[in-house]
Order: sequence, then structure tokens, then C-alpha cells
Amino acid sequence: IWLNLCQYLFFHRQEILKWNGWGYSDTRFLFNKKGQAEFTGKRYRLSGMIIPALQNWFEGTFGASVQHKSPAMPILTSSAVQPPTLNEAFVDELKSTGIPCSHDAEDRVFRGHGHCLHEVFALREGKVGRVPDIVVWPNCHNDVVKIVELACKHNVCLIPYGGGTSVSSALECPPEETRCIVSLDTSQMNRILWIDEKNLTAHVEAGIVGQELERLLNESGYCTGHEPDSMEFSSLGGWVATRASGMKKNIYGNIEDLVVHVKMVTPQGVIEKGCQCPRMSTGPDIHHFIMGSEGTLGVVTEVTMKIRPMPEYQKYGSVVFPNFEQGVACLREVAKQRCAPASIRLMDNEQFKFGHALKPQVSSIFTSFLDGLKKFYITKFKGFDPDRLCVATLLFEGDREKVLQHEKQVYDIAAKFGGLAAGEDNGQRGYMLTFVIAYLRDLGMDYYVIGESFETSVPWDRVLDICRNVKARIIQECKDKGVQFSPLSTCRVTQTYDAGACVYFYFAFNYRGLSDPVHVYEQVEHAAREEILANGGSLSHHHGVGKLRKEWMRETISDVGMGMLKSVKNYVDPKNIFGNRNLI
Amino acid sequence: CGSLSKDPMLKKRDDFEDILEERRNSSDLKYALRCYTPVLYKGVTPCTSSMLKSMVLQSDQLHYVINQVSKETGKATDDIKEEASAILEEMAQCLQLSTVRFFAFTLSKAFKTLFRSICVNEDGIQRLQQAIQEHPVVLLPSHRSYMDFLLMSYILYTYDVALPVIAAGMDFMGMKFVGEMLRMSGAFFIRRSFGGDKLYWALFSEYVKTMLKNGFAPVEFFLEGTRSRTSKSLTPKLGLLNIVMDPFLKGEVFDVNVVPVSISYERVLEETLYARELLGIPKPKESTSGLFKARKILSEDYGSIHVYFGQPVSVRSLAQGKVNRCQFNLVPRHIPRRPSEDIASFVNDSAYRLVRAQEENMVLKPWVLVASLLLQYHHQNQAAGQKRGIALGELTAQAVWLRDLSRQYGAFLHWPDHIPPSEVVSSSLTLHRGLYVYTLKQHKELLSQAVILLSCASYRNQALHVFVRPALLALAIHTASSNQKQEVFNSFSFLRNMFSNEFILCPGATVQDFEEACYLLVKTGALQFTQQEVLVTERGHRTLAFLSTMLDPFLQGYQVKETLCNGCVMFCVQKGGCVHNSIQRSREHLRIGLKYMEVLSSDLQKNSLAALLRLGAVRKMKG
Repeated sequence: IWLNLCQYLFFHRQEILKWNGWGYSDTRFLFNKKGQAEFTGKRYRLSGMIIPALQNWFEGTFGASVQHKSPAMPILTSSAVQPPTLNEAFVDELKSTGIPCSHDAEDRVFRGHGHCLHEVFALREGKVGRVPDIVVWPNCHNDVVKIVELACKHNVCLIPYGGGTSVSSALECPPEETRCIVSLDTSQMNRILWIDEKNLTAHVEAGIVGQELERLLNESGYCTGHEPDSMEFSSLGGWVATRASGMKKNIYGNIEDLVVHVKMVTPQGVIEKGCQCPRMSTGPDIHHFIMGSEGTLGVVTEVTMKIRPMPEYQKYGSVVFPNFEQGVACLREVAKQRCAPASIRLMDNEQFKFGHALKPQVSSIFTSFLDGLKKFYITKFKGFDPDRLCVATLLFEGDREKVLQHEKQVYDIAAKFGGLAAGEDNGQRGYMLTFVIAYLRDLGMDYYVIGESFETSVPWDRVLDICRNVKARIIQECKDKGVQFSPLSTCRVTQTYDAGACVYFYFAFNYRGLSDPVHVYEQVEHAAREEILANGGSLSHHHGVGKLRKEWMRETISDVGMGMLKSVKNYVDPKNIFGNRNLI
Repeated sequence: CGSLSKDPMLKKRDDFEDILEERRNSSDLKYALRCYTPVLYKGVTPCTSSMLKSMVLQSDQLHYVINQVSKETGKATDDIKEEASAILEEMAQCLQLSTVRFFAFTLSKAFKTLFRSICVNEDGIQRLQQAIQEHPVVLLPSHRSYMDFLLMSYILYTYDVALPVIAAGMDFMGMKFVGEMLRMSGAFFIRRSFGGDKLYWALFSEYVKTMLKNGFAPVEFFLEGTRSRTSKSLTPKLGLLNIVMDPFLKGEVFDVNVVPVSISYERVLEETLYARELLGIPKPKESTSGLFKARKILSEDYGSIHVYFGQPVSVRSLAQGKVNRCQFNLVPRHIPRRPSEDIASFVNDSAYRLVRAQEENMVLKPWVLVASLLLQYHHQNQAAGQKRGIALGELTAQAVWLRDLSRQYGAFLHWPDHIPPSEVVSSSLTLHRGLYVYTLKQHKELLSQAVILLSCASYRNQALHVFVRPALLALAIHTASSNQKQEVFNSFSFLRNMFSNEFILCPGATVQDFEEACYLLVKTGALQFTQQEVLVTERGHRTLAFLSTMLDPFLQGYQVKETLCNGCVMFCVQKGGCVHNSIQRSREHLRIGLKYMEVLSSDLQKNSLAALLRLGAVRKMKG
């Protein structure tokens, strides 16, 4: 019964998820009548709590005021949605197969966007552009094969849809597309088909959502360990299609390390390997045509993934550094010694303060006394400048004994760079932030503040330079583009590798006084990306290219590289059935 | 080079403030001991000069080069490290506030006797303060005198601005005591030439970059490389500019602010020294005793100095769209590499732009105009075989005409409008008494006459940047075979190309320069353009004659050079020797009726030879 309910909910996921913002409908930040920030719902550790410092931080950082609201349109008016262009012959044949489909406006709008700022901003204003004309819900691999065959036969455009968490304009329907656009929603393909305990693999349908996959595997004592920040909503197929990365990749690896076997339905037929082998020397790995193809070649339907026994013990931790430079040096050393914990992230000073502003109200005088003491110890006794210090959050996983040993090793390295252990609590709060930050953007948008995050990867010797320059570029561009208030421009190092690191930038500003804030936002983000590339950063570490970053692909992978990708596309999908126009 | 606003008349410039005035009214000692708390670069971490040195010695760049040199020469790395540390010891500055205070005191005394006023644009100082807080700053003063860098530090101290570290030539090191004093006031010393010495280059560039990146202090150097003996801006040297732009291009800093500073002297201390040097009398070696001998200049009046701190130029904005910074992504940044073509031309263009920015804000005194007029008179008289002076009234009328013209061309002319022009002219004659008396009398001795004429020419040269583009056009019209626009342009382009070693003419900007020249001459009513032709108006003849006469000495210099070179096929032996040789020859020429003494100037000869080499008219041969 539960499974049926679950299926129902995902069928109409807009009933539990927001149609014009991030996450669950029941969960959001708001400023209550007293002006205090509150996080509603029951789903998160922070849910139901008062966050006393947020208002001050919010008003101080952005020059915003809780008096100045910019509320979203509460409901979607169906008149804003263009009527669907239906390919009648296709629809008729589709209906005869019995695969569920819909051309209801809400269903279509919900699947016509990801979570880029401009997409959500438009929805909040009730503006809807080109959206899919019809949504189909295949139930299994064979359903997908049928749909793709029909699409080829009737020349309609297919856009695969997984969790809808894209931040690269990948789900946007190309406005120039004149054919009927079909959104292929994989949410009903959400079963674990088998678990192979001898080889520690699981064969899973690609529509399954991250948290669901972990929950089901946990029931059998296993996990994949793949935890992208969006794992509550993003799907396995989406991970494969964008080359996703998980928070705990230091233990479990990124998606390319986790995948053993993939099945993808293309206009030319089904592509898959003939065995489930751990490694092969059989020419270029065909998985690498599939991973990162961003829905331009076909639909991923089933994936065999590595699984691991659930860890015995988990421990959070945090380290305070006197400045960001020392913090980066420490991360570099940890990477050099290859002793990175499951996760290690370094926030800069602005983000540290941001995290601090999100501390929930403390219940006892004792805790607040302790907090005060800690602060005193770090700033007064140890002489850390509160405007320069930064914090690294850590997550250790494994055998209890090994975790403790590992922890000591990492803290010893940190001490060499002036780092002070700052407790489990700070660490845990740091990771919680990951899940609530997207909700915070919606809060900002209620009060004239818009923003977004973007990421890159960069060699170690460039990390400090790229962080400094991109943050400075954002501030300068905002000034040049007439933004009246100084923006929030902050970054963190979220992953370490042998040869470099992944860096995340957060950027938000108060747009009061601007006539076209989204355009300004896009110009600044564009400039920031140019700055990233000029500083030796990559076009993307794991968000993908989509349509948002397409213009830089050629310089990223060279002319020949583009030619290779295009010729694959031409062979696999000559009629451009998978016509979302991402990537190339 | 499009930094000029379309209409030079509209150029806004700041007002000046005389900093000596306060010095004359309050205690110098108090001033030297006052509290000095400059604002610093926001990211700066306090750093002593020994810390700086060890940062340089430990840098990846240096490690790489030391290993490379060790591999090439077979020397042990430790030995090379020691060598490096010794070089650095010889190079490094060690800025000390006490020494600065000493200079503040003594210079106050000296300046007050030497100069009537030292005028500074305070708005520029404020912009500089702002720039220092935001990004690392490079100061680029013009270079006309040894005074320049002491003066710069003096002014910055006065206004409580961070004191710069200054790239100085090694020649100062010869002055034992003084060299160390200068070092303690922020100078660091570089060898004049270190061609292939990898280690030296690595140390030097890393030393400068380290100071710049950390925002330790503004870095100051002279784009022209050496003092201009002719008062004409010199072709910029690119070495140091390359070095200070590198941290931005490689992303090591977000931006670098470059501040051109124009220092104009009413009378340069080295006035006659320069003229002698230009005539081939070797420059006296810098020595402490020489400095003391030179103290007799203290008894003379050198008028006033104007120091204009220009608009800070962001290297980031200069590079926008011109340089692809991604080119540094594929090789580790600490491995030294020859700058790519786009970077080389970007640095070169920027250098010209910055020199022009210096020129633009050079203050011209009335005497500059008077000297230009007197020189032209002198030459005309000489040609006519006459030996008479010019009536003050006539000179004044001419000067007023030239004043208006130069203003229309955007010159930064300091002409006191509240005083009657005749007084202005006569008072500027008084200040330069030593020069004009002789220009009126034919002096017997050739050499001292030449010295005087060259000194006068150097004043005229101060105004050249204002007139050079229209003057080239005037000359082009004069020499072109027809009035056809295209003909005139071709001839302009030829002349411009020929003179590109002589004047600051931005590479590749022929069309802009031509348009600018046309614009100015049309605006002032000297020229008219029809569909096809260029016509000189009735009143334009005077302007055009003046302008083309201005370039006449240069033209003749280049012609002489050419005849000389044609005369002897196997002429060129070595560059240095050649110049000297040609001086002898020019002197011979003089007997057969050389019109302009300036042709004797080694600067002109050097430039013309370089131009002829560049144009392929002459070939350099070994042996």
C-alpha cells in the first residue's frame, strides 16, 4: 500500500512539491510577525525552529528589510500557459499502448523548468514560456523503448525528465522547437530490480530518487554512498546524464566510479555493455558517451551500481582556521596525504558568518554560555580575527576505531596550519546548510534578494586565486551593472582531489531599484564564469553544461572534441528526437 | 590609444596646490617628525624587507630557475642559492621611516631654496589613496631629472600616502653613502643589462612581483627607462611593465592599478648637463663627491614644479578583450615563458598609452612657447644671414597667438591670464636669461652655441606632444605630390612611420592619429576637406607653416643621416661607435651649411639610425 501511495505522490509530485520554488510545499523559511525567521514543516532538523540571528544577518548583508516584500504569485493561472501543440497521430498511438500521459497545464509547467534563477523568478511572476506539450510516465524499460520508437516514427521531440533539479537550463524547452515536445518523466521507474551481494552491486531503475534509493538499500543493510546535495529530489538517471558528484565521493567515488552497467534507449536502439565487469580494455568506454550526455542521446533506464555495507559509525567534525589561505593549505595537505575524510569542506569567512546566522534558538542558558566561551577562546585567546577566520566541516565514516584514528590524523594536519577543532555541532550544522540553502533562496526572493550558486573545479595552485578573483569580479560587476547594494559573494571548497579541488560560489544581491534584475543577474553570472575560465577553472565540475554554459564548450574541449561529440549525436540521433539542445 | 576625448578643449584637469607654501610657514623639523600613518592595501599583511627576501628565495619560480641553472652549468644548487641570495642582497630595498624623515627634512630645505613652488593636484592624490586600498598600485612618473623619485617620495610622505619602492639603476650604487640612503628610502637597484642571466631575471621579476602582489608598497619605476635628455618622452621600455602586469594576467591578483604621474619642471636641474651629453661629452659618473660639487646649483632659481597624478588605469580594463588569460592554464605558472604575441603587443600598446597619459598632463609654461618661437626665429635669421633680435612686442604677439593655438589643441598650459601677456613673456625670459641672451647673439664657439640651442630645443620639445600629430599632417601636405586626400594620408603615414622612434606615436594607430590631426586642423580653421581634397585656408597658412617648421630640425636630421649613410656603404661598424662617428661627420657637414644645430644631438642621431635600420634603408653589419 505504501508503495502505491508513494507512486501516486510522485505521479503528481507537484502536490507535495512547490511549483514555483525549491522543495516540499510544507517547508519554507519565513519571517514571522515578530520579524524572527522560522523554518516550517517537520522534515528537517531545523524544521519548526526559530532562527533569531537570521533577520539581522539578512538585513545587514543585503541592505534588505523585512518590511519590503516581493511576494510570488500564489497560483498558476492556466491562461498563462500556451495550449499544447499535439501531434495527434503520436498521441493516438501512445494512448493505445496504455502508457499514462497528460497534457494538463500544471503537469506541463512543472516539467518545463529546472531551478536556475531565471526559471524560478519567471514562475514566481506567473510567467511561463515554452513548456512540454505532453507528459508521459513510462513504467519500465520496455515502455521507454516503445515511446522512443513512436517518437521517431512521428518525429516528435523527447525531453527526459528525472528529478527536475537541473541548474543549467537543461530542462528548458528550446523556443525554436516547432515539433510537439514530449516530457518523458521517469519517476515511475523507481524500483530496485535486484541486489547482488556477492559482487556488491544493485540493479536499479533510473527514475529512482536519491533518498529513496538510500532508504531502500538501507533496509537491506547497504548504501551507495552517493549523496549529491540535491539527493532528496534528483534521480539516478539524472546523475548519470550529468556526471554527478556526491558529497562523500572520497570514500564511494563520483557517479563514474559507481556505475558498473548502464542501459540507455536511443533512437538507434538500446546501448549497453554485454557484461558487468569492473573494468575493460575495449576501446573508449561507451559509458562515457552516456555519462554527461545530458539527455541529448537517449534515456537512461536501468543502472547497475556498486553498493557498500552501511557504515558502522559516522562522526561530524569541524576545524576553525585563522584565515582562508591556511584552510586551503590544510585541505591541500590532506589531499596530498590521501587521508581525506568522507567529506571535507572549507567555508570562507562570509559563509562562516552566514552559517552562524542560521543557528537555531538555543534552549538552555548553558549552551549559549558555552557558545560565548568558545567564541571568546577563539577570537580573544587564540587571536583569530572574526572577519578573517574560516571553518572546515568534516564527516568521517567507517569502523568506529578507524574513524577515531582517521579523525586524529586529520586534526593533527589541521593543527599544523593553525586549525583548531571546533566541535561536531558546527560540522553537522554545516552539512544541514547544504539542504536548506535552496529554501533560503526562496526566502530571499520574497524580499527582493536574488541569488544562486555555481561551481567549478580547479588545480590546487589556482584555488586561492580563483576564489579571490571570482568573488571580486562578482562584486565589481554588480557595481558596474548598477546594483545599489553590495552583494553577497562567497565561496567554499567542497571536494578535494589529487590534482585539484571543487569550488562552489554563492552569489546574491538585493535588486531593489533595478528594472530587469534577472538580466543583471545573468550578466554577472556570465562574467563570473568568464573569470573562472580565465583563472584555469573548469566549465563545470558536476552541474553540467545544459544550455546555460554551451557557449564555452568549444574552448573547453577544442574543435576536434566538439566534432567528436557532434558525430556521435549525428549517428545516434540523426533526427534530433532528443532535442533539448543541451551541451553541443 | 583612444584615450583622448574627442575635443581636447573639454579635457578636465584638477587644480594644483603648492606644498612648499606650508613648508615656508611651519617647522621643517616638526614636519619631518610628524605622525605618518598611510592607508594601506586592504589585503596587506605586514612584512619586513628580510621577510620579503626569503619569500622570493623560497618561491616556486626561483626554485625552478635554480634547478634549471644547476642542470645547465653543473653547479650545485646550494651554490646557486647563495649566489641568488647575494644578488638579492645587492638588489633589495630596506625602506626605513627614519631615513625618510631625514630626507623629508633635508629636501624641505633644498626645495625651498631651489624652487618657487611644488604644485600637486590633490584630487589625484585622493584617487591614488583610493586606488592603493583597492588593488596593488604601480606608479609611473615621467623621468626628466634625478630629482624625480625623491620628489615623488617627498610628496607621498607629505600627503600621508604609502611610500613606494622604486626601481633604480645600479649607477646610484656607486655613490657609496648616498646609495645606501636611497635604499633606505625605498629604492631597489637593478643592473642596467642582464641579457641572458636567467637567475638575475628570475630574482628581479620575482622580487618586484612579490612586493606588488602582497600590496607591500606601491611599486614605482620609469617607463622611459632613463631620464629623457631632450624633454621629449622616450619610447617606453617594456621589461618592468611586463613584470608588473604578469600577476594580473596570471590571475595572482584581481587587478593592478597603474597611475601615470606627470612631473613638469619649469627648469630642469640638469639643463646644461643634458645638452652637453647630447653633444657627446660623456656624462659624469654618479658619485657622492660629484653630488657635493653640484651643490652650487642651490644658488639658482629653478622656478616651479608641477606634479600631476593621473587617473589610475586598471590593467584589467586595459586587457579587456585584448588578452586571453586562458593561455596560462596549460603550463604551471611558475615556469618562466616568453610572453606570447598577443601579450607582447598588449604590453607595448599599454606602454604607449601610459606614456601618452603622462604627456597629456604635463604642464607647459609660457617659456616653452616662447622658446619654440625664438628657435624658429633664430633659424630663419640664420638662414637669411641676419643677426638681429626680435622686438619684445612682436614676440609677445606671436606668443599669444601660439598660446591660443596650443590651448585649442588641448595643451595643459599654465599661462597666467590675469597678467598682461608682455609681462608673462618677459618674466619667463628672465628665468631663462642664460639661454635667450645667447640665442640672440651669434656665439663664437660652436660647441657652447650648440649647447644653448639644444637646451632651447629641449623646452620646445616639451610642447611637441601637443603639436606632433597636426605637425605631421602639415608636413605631409607640404610634401605630398597633390592635395588628394589619399596622397596626403600616404605621405602622413610615411612620415609618421619614419618618426615613430622619435615621437610617442602608438603602434598601429596611424588612422586615429590622422583623424585626430585632421580634426584639430579643421576645428581651428586651418584646413578644409572636400570630397577628395585637402585645402589649406587663408589663415591656415600661418598655422601650417609654424607646425611644419617645428618638425624641420628633425626632418633635416633624418635627411643628413640618410646622406651620410648613402655616402659610405660600409659605414656601420657598431652601434655605439657609429653614433660617435656620425657626430664627427655631422660636424664636417656643418661647415657646408647645416641649418640646425639639433642635428648634432646624439638622441636624434640614435633615433634616426634606428628608424633607418627599421625601414631597411640601412643594414647592420658585423666586423
